[in-house]
Amino acid sequence: MSDSHPRSASGRIDVRKTYKLYIGGAFPRSESGRSYEVRDTTGAFLANAALGSRKDARDAVVAARKAFPGWSGATAYNRGQVLYRVAELLEGRRAQFVDEVRASEGLSAKDAEATVSAAIDRWVWYAGWSDKISQISGSVNSVAGPYFDFSLPVPTGVVAVLSPQDSSLLGLVSVLAPVIVSGNTAVVLASETSPLPAITLSEVLATSDVPGGVVNILTGRTAEIASHLAAHMDVNAIDLTGAPEAGANGALEAATELENAAAGNLKRVIRKPLSPPDWYAAPSPKRLLSYLETKTVWHPIGV
Amino acid sequence: MTWDYAPAPESRDIVSLRSSYGLFINGEWTDPLDGDAFKTVNPATEEVLAEVSSAGERDVDRAVAAARAAYTKVWGPMPGAERAKYIYRIARIMAERSRELAVLETLDNGKPIRESRDVDVPLSSAHFFYYAGWADKLGYAGHGPDPRPLGVAAQVIPWNFPLLMLAWKIAPALAGGNTVVLKPAETTPLTALLFAEICQQADLPPGVVNILTGAGATGAALVGHGDVDKVAFTGSTEVGKAIARTVAGTRKKVTLELGGKAANVVFDDAPLDQAVEGIVNGIFFNQGHVCCAGSRLLVQESIADALLERLKRRLGTLRLGDPLDKNTDIGAINSPEQLARIRALAEVGDAEGAERWSPACELPAQGYWFPPTIFTGVSQSHRIAREEIFGPVLSVLTFRTPQEAVEKANNTPYGLSAGVWTEKGSRILWMADQLRAGVVWANTFNRFDPSSPFGGFKESGYGREGGRHGLEAYLDV
Amino acid sequence: MTQLSGLPAVSGLADVAASESSLRQFLHGLPGVDQVGAESRAAALGTRSIKKDAKLWALDMAIRMIDLTTLEGADTHGKVRALCAKAMRPDPTDRTVPPVAAICVYGDLVATAVTALAGSGVHVASVATAFPSGRAALPVKLSDVRAAVGDGADEIDMVIDRGAFLSGHYQQVHDEIVAVKAACGTAHLKVILETGELVTYDNVRRASWLAMLAGADFIKTSTGKVQPASTLPVILVMLEAVRDFYDASDGRRIGVKAAGGIRSAKDAIKYLVIVKETVGDEWLTPNLFRIGASTLLNDLLMQRAKQRTGAYSGPDYFTLD
Repeated sequence: MSDSHPRSASGRIDVRKTYKLYIGGAFPRSESGRSYEVRDTTGAFLANAALGSRKDARDAVVAARKAFPGWSGATAYNRGQVLYRVAELLEGRRAQFVDEVRASEGLSAKDAEATVSAAIDRWVWYAGWSDKISQISGSVNSVAGPYFDFSLPVPTGVVAVLSPQDSSLLGLVSVLAPVIVSGNTAVVLASETSPLPAITLSEVLATSDVPGGVVNILTGRTAEIASHLAAHMDVNAIDLTGAPEAGANGALEAATELENAAAGNLKRVIRKPLSPPDWYAAPSPKRLLSYLETKTVWHPIGV
Repeated sequence: MTWDYAPAPESRDIVSLRSSYGLFINGEWTDPLDGDAFKTVNPATEEVLAEVSSAGERDVDRAVAAARAAYTKVWGPMPGAERAKYIYRIARIMAERSRELAVLETLDNGKPIRESRDVDVPLSSAHFFYYAGWADKLGYAGHGPDPRPLGVAAQVIPWNFPLLMLAWKIAPALAGGNTVVLKPAETTPLTALLFAEICQQADLPPGVVNILTGAGATGAALVGHGDVDKVAFTGSTEVGKAIARTVAGTRKKVTLELGGKAANVVFDDAPLDQAVEGIVNGIFFNQGHVCCAGSRLLVQESIADALLERLKRRLGTLRLGDPLDKNTDIGAINSPEQLARIRALAEVGDAEGAERWSPACELPAQGYWFPPTIFTGVSQSHRIAREEIFGPVLSVLTFRTPQEAVEKANNTPYGLSAGVWTEKGSRILWMADQLRAGVVWANTFNRFDPSSPFGGFKESGYGREGGRHGLEAYLDV
Repeated sequence: MTQLSGLPAVSGLADVAASESSLRQFLHGLPGVDQVGAESRAAALGTRSIKKDAKLWALDMAIRMIDLTTLEGADTHGKVRALCAKAMRPDPTDRTVPPVAAICVYGDLVATAVTALAGSGVHVASVATAFPSGRAALPVKLSDVRAAVGDGADEIDMVIDRGAFLSGHYQQVHDEIVAVKAACGTAHLKVILETGELVTYDNVRRASWLAMLAGADFIKTSTGKVQPASTLPVILVMLEAVRDFYDASDGRRIGVKAAGGIRSAKDAIKYLVIVKETVGDEWLTPNLFRIGASTLLNDLLMQRAKQRTGAYSGPDYFTLD
C-alpha cells in the first residue's frame, strides 16, 4: 500500500480487523493459513479475508451436522424468536452493513441503504415462517381406511449454500434464511469477491441466540471449495445459485459439474438460475420448501 | 389330521395375450423402427408369455414428438375439467377390467393373485380416481394460484408393482396437464401394454400417453432425450444416481423414488400379534420386492426371543407356490437375475455369521423361488443389514433403549420408510419425529393410499408421490 | 421365574390368581391388541378360498362342531326333542351326514334332551349361572349348575359376571368360575365371555386368560343375546390367547366356542380357517372347537349337497326344527 501509516482524522492509528471464518460458533483462521485480498469495485483494498480450504469446508460440515439435532429439535416458536432477534441485531449494525455493501457492490448511499433495508426485512419475513410452514405444506390425508394419516415437512439436514456472487447481503440473506428457518443447518460460501457483509453477518449470528454450527460461513474461492461440498456425502442439499462463472462454456458448465457431483448421495439441488435473480422481488416460500422433506405418518384408529 | 386346502387357482382365461406387442405411440400400435424384440416370461413357470418390442432411440424420438404435439395442441390447452373426465374414465375402466389386470399382473410378475387382486389393481384405479379430481382444482393445491404443467414427462418404472407404479406416474402427470412417455420394466411390460388399450378405450387423445417397452438402454434414451421436461423414475438407487447425473445441467424437473432398508422397530409394549403380522406384511408382501419393505427388524432385547418364536410360528403358515392360487401368500421371484442377487446376499449373510432360518417349505421345480427367510444375530455392520436385498429376507437386530433404536434405524444412507410398534402414544410420536424416513408406519406397515404422500429422504430419492404433494412433481412451481 | 412367551413374568400360572393385584398385574401386562391390525388379519384369513375336497371336509367338520342350540323363552319339551332328532340325524335322507357335537338348552330342559339323545354320543350342554345376564347371587348360580349336571348335562355353558370384570374385580370373576368348575364335577365347563359387552379386544384377551386360569375347558364368545356376538376378529384374539396359554401351561389345550351370528356355511369355513392358521390343525376337532348355532346347520347341509351332487339345493329339502 502506498500509504503505510494511515491515520484517522484524530491522528489515531486504527485497530484493523482480521477477518476469519465462522465455523461451529467460533472464528477460526483457515487451517490452510491462507488469505486473499478483498477489494472494492474500484479495485481499492478493503481487507484480507481468510482463503478457506476444503478442510475448512469439511470442518464446517461436521459443525453443521452436530448442530442439526438441536436446531431442528427446537420448537418452531423458538427458532422464529431467535431469528427475529437476529433481525434486531442486523438493524443495530445497519451502518456497518451499508458501508460494506456500498464498498463491495459499488452502490450509491441510497441504494446501499435500500439493499440493507431489504435484507433486514427479508430476514424478518423468513423468521415468521418458522411456525407456519408446516401449516401450508403439511396435510391430513383422507385415506380409505381406519387410519390417521398426516404429512408434515421436516428439515432435510445440512445444506451447502453457494451464496450469490453479486448480491453480497440481500442475496445472501435471501438464500440463507430459508435454509435455517425450518431447522436445517448451513454451510455458506460467501460471495467470493464481496465477502465482508457475510463476515459481518457471522459476527451478528455469533452474538445472537443462533446456536453455534447452525450457520457456518466460509470465505474463499467458490470454485475451490464448492466441488468438495457438492461431493460431500454428509451434505443433504446444495444451493448452486452462486456457482462460479467458470469453465470453458461459461457458468452453467461449472454448475453442471457440481450438480453431477451432488448426485453422489442424491443431494437436493437448487440449480443456478439462468439469469441473475432480482433479489428485491417479493419472495415465495418455494426456496424454503426446497429444503424440507415431507414425512408421512400412519396410525390405526381403534379402541 | 391335517386339513389341506385344495388348489384354488384363478382362471387365466380372462386374459387374452397376443403373441407379440408393438410400441404404443400417438394412440396407435407401431413396430419399432430399429429395435429388437425380447420375451417376457412368467417367473412362476418360465413360460414365455409374449414377445415385446424393444424401443430404440428413433422410437423414443417418435414417442416424445407425439407427446409434445399432444401437449401443445390438445392436452395442455384442454380445460382441467375436461382432462378430469378422461382420467375418471381410465379409473373406471381399470375397475371394470380389474380381474383381467390382476391375472395379467400375476402372470407377468409372479406376485400372488391375492395381492394383485386386493392391492395392486384397486390401488391403481383409486390413484387415477383421486388425481382425476385434482385436474380442475390445481389452483387450490397450494402450488400457486395458476400452476402450469411442465410439458412432456419421461417416466421409467420398476417391475415390482408394474401397474401401480404406472398409476403413480401417469395419474398426477395427466391431472397436471402433462403428456407422458412411459417405459415399463423389461420383465413386466404386459399390464402397461394393457393400459395402453385402456387409454384407447377411454378415447384418450393420441399422444397423451405413450408406452415404450424396452430395457435399460431405452430408459436411458428416454430420460436423456432433449425434449422432455420432466423425468420421473422409480427403481434402484444406483440407476437413480445415474439419472441425476444425466439431467445435471438441464432444466428437467426430476423426481426419484429409490431404494430403502427400512427398520421395523418393535418395543416391548407392542401389540405383539399385530406386530408379527406387520413384520410379515413388511418383508414378505410381494416377496419382499418392495422398496419400503421392513427389511430390518429392530426388536427390543427383552422380548426378542418371544417375538421371534411367534414370528417363526407364523412363517410356518405362509403358503408359497402358484401365484394364481387364491391361497398363495408368497409368489415367485420376478427374474433369475433378482433370484441370483437374493441368493448371493443371503450367502453373504451366512458367511458373515448370521444365522439363517426358513420354515419347512417346498419350492416348485419350475420358475424362480426363494423361501421366506430370517437372519438372526445380525449386526449393523453386516451387509445384510445395510444393503437392499429386495427379496423375502429379514435381518433381525436388537436394541435396548429407544435412543439406540433410533440410532440404528437411522444409520443407513436410505430413508424411505420405517415402522414403530408400541402401545405408548407419546413414544410413537417421539419415534415418528426422530426417524429420518419419508413414511413412518406406527402399529401398521406397508399401507398405501392415493391421498398419502410417499417418498424418501437421503439416498431413497426426492419428490413425493401421492396426495397434494404428488402434484408438485408435475407442475411448474 | 418363568418368562412366558411374550407375557408378563410369573412364577407359574398358579401364582397369577393368588391375589387381586397379581391378577391385575398379569392381565394388564398381556400384550395389547390393536383393533385395526386384528381385524385386518381376520379379514385376510376370511379371503381364503376353500374348494372341492377341502370344502367337503370342512362342511362335515363344521357339522360335527355344532352345538345345536335353542335358548328361547318359548322352548318346550317337544321343541327340544325335535332338535335332538335333528342333532343325531341332521339329514334323514343322507346317512353319511355326521351328528352334531351337542345340544345346547336351558337347564330345565336338560333331562328331556338327555333322554332323547341317550346312546347317540351327542352331548348335552346346558346354559347356567343365570344365563344370559349372569345377574344372580353366587349360590343361585351354583345351584343352577348343580341342577343341570344332576339332570345329566355333561357340558355347562356359564356366563361370567361382566359387571365385575368391567369394574376391575378380576378376582371375583376368577373365583366364581372356580366355584362353578367345582360344581360341574366331571362336566365340561364352557365360559361365556359375552365379548359384545366387553367391547375391546384387550378385554377379550384378558377375559380369555382369566377364564383359562380359573379352569375353563372352553372359552366361548357370546350368549347370542347381545350384539355383536361372535366375530372373526374376536375368535382370532381368543385363539391367540388359547395358543399362548398352551405354551405357558406346558400343553394344556383349551377349547373355543364361537356362538351367535354364524348362519352360513361360508362363514363357518372362515372360522375353521382361522382356527387352522392360528392354533393349528390340532384344534380342528369338536373336542376343541365348537360353533353354537341353529340355522347354520341347514346351510351346511345345503352346501354339502351341492358339493356332492353339483346342483344347488333349496331349503325345502332340509328339515326345519
